[in-house]
Amino acid sequence: MVNIIWACMAIIGIVYAMFNGTMDQVNQAVFESANEAVTLSIGLISVLVFWLGIMKVAESAGILEVLSKLFRPVISRIFPDIPKDHPAMGYILSNITANLFGLGNAATPMGIKALEQMKQLSGSDTASRSMITFLALNTSSLTLIPTTVIAIRMQYNSISPTEIVGTTIIATMISTVSAILIDRFFYYKSIWRK
Amino acid sequence: MGIITSVSTWLIPCFILLVLVAATWKRVPAYETFVEGGKEGVKMAFSLLPFLVGMIVSISILRSSGALEAFVGFISPLLISIGIPPDIIPLALVRPISGTAALGMTTELISTHGPDSFIGRLASTMQGSTDTTLYILTVYFGAVGIKKMRYALKVGLLADLIGILASIIIVTIIFG
Repeated sequence: MVNIIWACMAIIGIVYAMFNGTMDQVNQAVFESANEAVTLSIGLISVLVFWLGIMKVAESAGILEVLSKLFRPVISRIFPDIPKDHPAMGYILSNITANLFGLGNAATPMGIKALEQMKQLSGSDTASRSMITFLALNTSSLTLIPTTVIAIRMQYNSISPTEIVGTTIIATMISTVSAILIDRFFYYKSIWRK
Repeated sequence: MGIITSVSTWLIPCFILLVLVAATWKRVPAYETFVEGGKEGVKMAFSLLPFLVGMIVSISILRSSGALEAFVGFISPLLISIGIPPDIIPLALVRPISGTAALGMTTELISTHGPDSFIGRLASTMQGSTDTTLYILTVYFGAVGIKKMRYALKVGLLADLIGILASIIIVTIIFG
């Protein structure tokens, strides 16, 4: 599906530009955005190196183990096919915690580590059930405190920059619960088909 | 706000402190382990690069051609008729595709309508309660080399749709 979406976005854009005389902008966008993507990847190096380094220390020091033991009952229900003592649990938890506090930069490396562990479990290059559940959680956004939005609201002199925290938490809860339910729906549908 | 900001500022340094104290206590070679873990980060950033270039270029072709805007204009009468404010539609459409574009749109909506207006509050809530599905799938699956995503994209996009609708309903109930 991602192959189709990826190709279609570019095809629609180029064909539309043919009839609307925006080919100049498209041409410019191709090179500028490729450049932007490289800058973004290079920019990620610092964050990835630092957090993967710290997390490796945390793992050897047994901190991830303690963390996963604490929250095991909840997490093992959401991820039933990950063995209870597996290191993936610790990374899943650190990713969720970092997301909840709006630390997106710290959340990504931990999320990638979690997926790596899940890939070792499944041993194939096809997304496993737990991987999809994990990404569903991440894409539905787990933010409790939307720090960036609060910062923008402050910049534009809002009377109450944080008044949207409540509505954000409710909307996030609804989308996260829905994401888990939708994920379950497609999972059981894929089983029935077999 | 005071408590929230200080929690966010204290959390990371305290976590680092905890990790380093625990490592020293358990006689883990902290620095060497850090460097070992960090090396993976360098590899990861480079393996991500082609995924990001591909996705970002395709998205920006779609945006720069004006096709996305035209589509928004095309479907907005329908959405207005069911009570969704048209100004918010571009944001709702772009949010799953591009994080920076969505943040730019949120900022623009807040500056034109004011942070305490209905649109301003709705844009803020929407920005905070959804995430860049396409980017997350690209980065996460790209980094560990997952080639077949199966139903992951469907789940992500449907969750975004629900998040957006939930934001509209909740902001209408609370601030409407």
